[in-house]
Amino acid sequence: MLTSIKNHNLQYETQKLGMMYFRVAIILFGAQLLMGLIAAIQFMYPSFLYGIFDFSVARMVHINALVVWMLYAMIGSVYYMIPDETGLEAVGIKLGKLAFWVLTLAITIVVLVFIFIQIGPGDDSTIWLINEGREYLEAPRWADYGIVVVVLIFYYNVFFTFLKGRRTGVMTVMVANLLALAGLYLAGMFFTDNISVDQYWWWWVIHLWVEATWEVFVGTLAAYALIKIIGAKREIVEMWLWIEVLMLFGSGILGLGHHYFWIGTPEYWWEIGALFSALEPVPLVAMFVHVLYDWGKEQGAHGEKPAIKNGPAMAWIVTNAFGNFLGAGIWGFFHTLPQVNIYTHGTQFTAAHGHLAFFGAYATILIGMMYLGIQGAYGIDRMKATFKSKMAIFLITFGVLGMAVALTIAGYEQVLVERAELGGGWDAFFTAQNLVWMKQAMGWRTVMGVVTFIGFIYLVWDLLTIGKEESENNQ
Amino acid sequence: MAQNHSVWTSIRFWRQSAAWVTGFAVVLLILLTFDTMGQITMGTDADLQKGITKRVPAPTVINYHIGYKFSEKRGHEVPVIGKKEPFFGKEWSPKEAAALLHKGKLTEQAKNCMDCHTLLGNGAYYAPDLTKAWIDPKWKSMMAMTGKKTREEAMAEFLQHPERYPTHARRMPNLKITPDEAKALVAFLKHMSSIDTNGFPRGFSKGVKEFEAGGTYAH
Repeated sequence: MLTSIKNHNLQYETQKLGMMYFRVAIILFGAQLLMGLIAAIQFMYPSFLYGIFDFSVARMVHINALVVWMLYAMIGSVYYMIPDETGLEAVGIKLGKLAFWVLTLAITIVVLVFIFIQIGPGDDSTIWLINEGREYLEAPRWADYGIVVVVLIFYYNVFFTFLKGRRTGVMTVMVANLLALAGLYLAGMFFTDNISVDQYWWWWVIHLWVEATWEVFVGTLAAYALIKIIGAKREIVEMWLWIEVLMLFGSGILGLGHHYFWIGTPEYWWEIGALFSALEPVPLVAMFVHVLYDWGKEQGAHGEKPAIKNGPAMAWIVTNAFGNFLGAGIWGFFHTLPQVNIYTHGTQFTAAHGHLAFFGAYATILIGMMYLGIQGAYGIDRMKATFKSKMAIFLITFGVLGMAVALTIAGYEQVLVERAELGGGWDAFFTAQNLVWMKQAMGWRTVMGVVTFIGFIYLVWDLLTIGKEESENNQ
Repeated sequence: MAQNHSVWTSIRFWRQSAAWVTGFAVVLLILLTFDTMGQITMGTDADLQKGITKRVPAPTVINYHIGYKFSEKRGHEVPVIGKKEPFFGKEWSPKEAAALLHKGKLTEQAKNCMDCHTLLGNGAYYAPDLTKAWIDPKWKSMMAMTGKKTREEAMAEFLQHPERYPTHARRMPNLKITPDEAKALVAFLKHMSSIDTNGFPRGFSKGVKEFEAGGTYAH
């Protein structure tokens, strides 16, 4: 299906490889949404697929497809930008292509095992072959090692091309940040009987990815994209990028403390976690201001025509700037202080934040990168948004925002009734789950999930056709 | 830009600042990690015998009664390790208890508990939080439902055949948990309830008390 996207205008094999990663990413994105819909329906009708495809399975594939499609789109974006930034074909590109097929095969096996075998006996064989059972890091240990090998090949491609080619500020940040991003995965690759130690290191992967290195990655992509789409001045963009790195790492690394309030770790994490995680929205505001500033500047004074070279990509990047601030910044800050978090920890509040933040901070800009890829693949000078592009961005954004609002209301009710009023526990949990407010919220969440999925169909349709349509329009 | 007059628009300045700030944060995180690891490493059986409180006690904590009480000093509830009590009818040696906990943790991961439940508040939000599951008053009614005499036996029975003991429309599925795995899982849950979680979940002991006094929310 996705082979209908042509590559022939791309001069570099590296960029063609990037497009291959994008294709798998969009398929996994679809899988993520389907699994989410199943899980959402199970919240409303618990007997749906009970004993066949339980909530735990749908949820596991939902969040793993999410992480993997984002990693695919991230790797794809890096391959896509390498020739533009360094001026070279990636070093060892043939090995890179092989790694793509190895990784895709491994991911396919992991997903099939998740779906059909699901769980195993309580011994090491399950951890190694079926399911590691640690949220987000469920991939079995054999796959962990496979991922490490593939990532090493990917990093070899990136690093040696960087050494050989032009060393821009954007690429410098990319290369340094990718090393940290890849290295952190190792913190999640061991077994311990001690659940507190387990979760301590588990958060090193999860938090230091999504609240530190992934954010810097997004800043780097935005810098590259702004230069590419609106011709923003490299000096200004790169200066902003370093300021963003400073603020993101300055707040995000020790912001890790907000996951250490209640897992057995000492009380001093209350103060450290509260202080630094409260600062985490600051760089997100800065990124938002930066994108709007550059955009406004390039819109041109003196009645010049705006010079946006890729309409849909720019729309998604602006959505990213706002969504990152709203989903990660505001929704994260809502419940980051320990005084609040003792009640909200482990409720639908977290789910609301998770949905809006993953979408706002990551999905948006990665979709924007896919549009950049299409533009390059068809050699289009100026690509305008089509009706389908607009439907896609509107429906997906509206749908995810709607889900987040519904889950926030559910979380609010859960916090007050289950936690504050009843103090938690089995009966407290179900009392809150069975109240009409929770049920209504879960209904709206499903409706908004369907809206998101319709938007996704428009997105795929648009990605498949916009290249051809726009290249004909441009002729 | 080579000709820079202000430090505020100098790329070099911001690059160096970014490196320093990141380096400082990383060093601080590593130092704190060493301290935290020291504090959350499991205690020993000797600690338990001497009454020394550890944030994460030894596996042999399964041989003791575990409560959850409000501490005036700390301003929140803390686990209280009480008198010895049999666990599945016996006292477990340090070696046996460690092996049981190991099996329990493996089973918890192998059955993917975390994608429905939360553990220490982390996981999915489809089923109750398991942090203090061992002291949940629900097991009293579950003892009656399963016809078992002790809490641990009722829990083990429920875990093996959850579909036989539904309490709500949302039921736990049968995860093919064997009797040995069920026993180990109960040990894992009992051990987890003894971890000092800085008062999370807050108010849990109040719920237990109210329930035991006739309950206002049991249904």
